[in-house]
Amino acid sequence: MLHLILFSVFGLICVAGAVNLLLQTHPINSALSLVVVMGSLAVEYLLLGAEFVAAVQVIVYAGAIMVLFVFVIMLLNAGEEERTPGSRVSWLLGIPGVLALTVIVCWALLRSETGTVGLGGVPQADKAFGGARDLSELLFHQFLLPFEVTSILVLIAIMGAVVLAARPDSEPGRQG
Amino acid sequence: MVPLSYYLVLSAILFACGVTGFLIKRNIITIFMSIELMLNGVNLSFVAFAAKWHQLSGHVFVFFVMVVAAAEAAVGLAIIIALFRTRETLNIDQVNLLKL
Repeated sequence: MLHLILFSVFGLICVAGAVNLLLQTHPINSALSLVVVMGSLAVEYLLLGAEFVAAVQVIVYAGAIMVLFVFVIMLLNAGEEERTPGSRVSWLLGIPGVLALTVIVCWALLRSETGTVGLGGVPQADKAFGGARDLSELLFHQFLLPFEVTSILVLIAIMGAVVLAARPDSEPGRQG
Repeated sequence: MVPLSYYLVLSAILFACGVTGFLIKRNIITIFMSIELMLNGVNLSFVAFAAKWHQLSGHVFVFFVMVVAAAEAAVGLAIIIALFRTRETLNIDQVNLLKL
């Protein structure tokens, strides 16, 4: 019962933040509602027993990535969004398509057999499910190669960000 | 006990909000945030299925999605800065050189 109440409260906060992201016109307001969404998603992860993922969600997503967004908004002095009409195809096909797809998916999920199985956080038998130890054992044995490949990906992303954001007039290899 | 389908429905709603924002927003930074919202919605269903089948691989995939999101945010925001430097705008309707 407590699980259901917590799920409903934080799920509602989550959806409210996501809808607020769409309604706000200033990007900083959208960024702050995205922080709310990510924070309440961390609570949902905790309810599912994923403690380490919840911690990483708060640290990496709500911390690092959103700080990057807010910093860029401040750096570019982004003001109110101009409401230009945009593409007509996206309004005529995109929005009804998204709505129809969401309704169909939700309807199929809510009436399916497997969906009604209850999920109640961590069972008492394996308390460490989702903890740092189990996860790192899996990550450093079975998923070692993908882990190393992602480190190369991050390295390339760092170099790409530096190259892209550098001022065009500053020559590489020259001081200043 | 919360049914698995509730988590999946929440995940689908978040994903739909992300797609809608991607379609209706005109500011390139907000569009980027909508993409992050979609990734978050997918992450929630990964964690829900991991809890359902007691497989930790779902959590590992969430990590990989987070790494990709971080790399994407770094490169994407650098591209936005470079774009703003050359075009002096954040409105995607004014960045239309590839449009016929």
